[in-house]
Amino acid sequence: MIHLSPIQIFLLLTAVKIAVVLGITLTAVAYTVLVERKVLGRMQNRWGPSRVGPFGLLQPLADGIKLFLKEDMMPLAVERLLFILAPIIALACALISIAMVPFSRQTLVTVGGTSVDIGQVANLNIGLLVILGITSIGVYGIALSGWSSNNKYSLFGSLRASAQLVSYELALGLSLVGVVLRAGSLSLRTIVDSQSAHGALSWNFFGGFQFVAFFIYLMAAYAETNRAPFDLPEAESELVAGYHTEYSSMKFAMFFMAEYANMITVACVATVMFFGGAGSPFGHIFDGFGNGLIAGFLFGAMWFVAKVLVFILLYIWVRGTLPRFRYDQLMKFGWTFLLPVAMVNILATALALAYRAP
Amino acid sequence: MQIALFIIFGLLAVAGALNLLFQRHPINSALSLIVVMMSLAVLYFSLGAEFLAAAQVIVYSGAVMVLFVFVIMLLNAGEEEETRGSRMAYIAGIPGAAAVFCLLTFLFLKEREALGTTHLRDALSGTVSNITEVSHQLFTSFLLPFEVTSVLILVAILGAVVLARKES
Repeated sequence: MIHLSPIQIFLLLTAVKIAVVLGITLTAVAYTVLVERKVLGRMQNRWGPSRVGPFGLLQPLADGIKLFLKEDMMPLAVERLLFILAPIIALACALISIAMVPFSRQTLVTVGGTSVDIGQVANLNIGLLVILGITSIGVYGIALSGWSSNNKYSLFGSLRASAQLVSYELALGLSLVGVVLRAGSLSLRTIVDSQSAHGALSWNFFGGFQFVAFFIYLMAAYAETNRAPFDLPEAESELVAGYHTEYSSMKFAMFFMAEYANMITVACVATVMFFGGAGSPFGHIFDGFGNGLIAGFLFGAMWFVAKVLVFILLYIWVRGTLPRFRYDQLMKFGWTFLLPVAMVNILATALALAYRAP
Repeated sequence: MQIALFIIFGLLAVAGALNLLFQRHPINSALSLIVVMMSLAVLYFSLGAEFLAAAQVIVYSGAVMVLFVFVIMLLNAGEEEETRGSRMAYIAGIPGAAAVFCLLTFLFLKEREALGTTHLRDALSGTVSNITEVSHQLFTSFLLPFEVTSVLILVAILGAVVLARKES
């Protein structure tokens, strides 16, 4: 047995946690793509992928192998360094924010005298700000990919994307302020704990009267992740494929994975901020099932995954239903509707809290 | 841990700043500036000013620099050219920068006792939240400067609107 100092054990356990969470997230990304294709297929009255494996379940694997084996084309006129860097920035930013998300109740596991929380990778007291900051850095992946491609469709796509992301970031950030005011903290763990008293009744969405904020968040989040009906940056009918027109093989796959990882992160944040995170909607009635340490962890994780899945299905449903916005409509909607409503929500929440405070 | 973070990100900040000066293409310079700002954010964080670090990332790297990059992309700015003025800047700039550097180093070393020290420990355990501290100070002792600053920003926004508005 090798003797390690507490800091070494801590680093080792953190690395293991990161590896496990990354693995789960990437698998979830692959299967989100499959779920989207299946559900969208059924919405459009067709089957979706059904050939590879039972019910097409091995389709993500086949897609991965296909993308990996494709020839990696790089046009001669691109800015090489930035062209390679852009998809890495996009994917890295999409995957880092998942580290702040508490995906189950706090479960301390002690290994060699060092206890770690396996319900969350990092519990920062500014967790929410870190997520917002990383989201705002993610813009560079898209902006640089369009510029470095030296292609006018790419440039248009990335200009649209940057303008859209910068505009909707404001509404996104402001919509979360009401929740922060209620919880009195920016740590996602504290925000989840503040909603755990009476199950669904004390969630911010129901008991906290933050449903206006939630719908602002939802719309801004769709715009942030470049999903329909806000998918102007990659509008295939006007811009070929937008900012990733010139990308092929794994670099294209990285943009693709970044988009779906962003979707999952946004769904996780919505769950944590408005729907009680890993808390059961029935409050403490069924806590008997989660008596043991691991059972409690799995019980919390089950609710969390179920809630996130609902958001993913909502995403797909919206994509299958709504047509794309026009650019001026998008900007007008963001600046003249979402932003003022978000501010009114902050004011109303602050007044209500001040009125109730002794 | 703090020393390690300081060495890594301090060197990164200096390297980014030098790269910012030596790059010929504006977009490369802008990206180097982002590296500098992110490194500064990590340094703030390691000093226990986590709110300042987050604000640095969100405001400077996430908003101001996005606008920089956006404008460079929109104008499709090319590589910079050497003029007589830029040669003058070389001659006057390097001694000037060295003088400012020496002055700042001297001041920091001389006033080291007065400036005080801080540790990473409190910030990372999550027990001390300096957001509460900062906002408390901001809305009690520094309320007037805070409000005056917001008026200043409002004036700047109005100025931008006036400049951008088309005359009918």
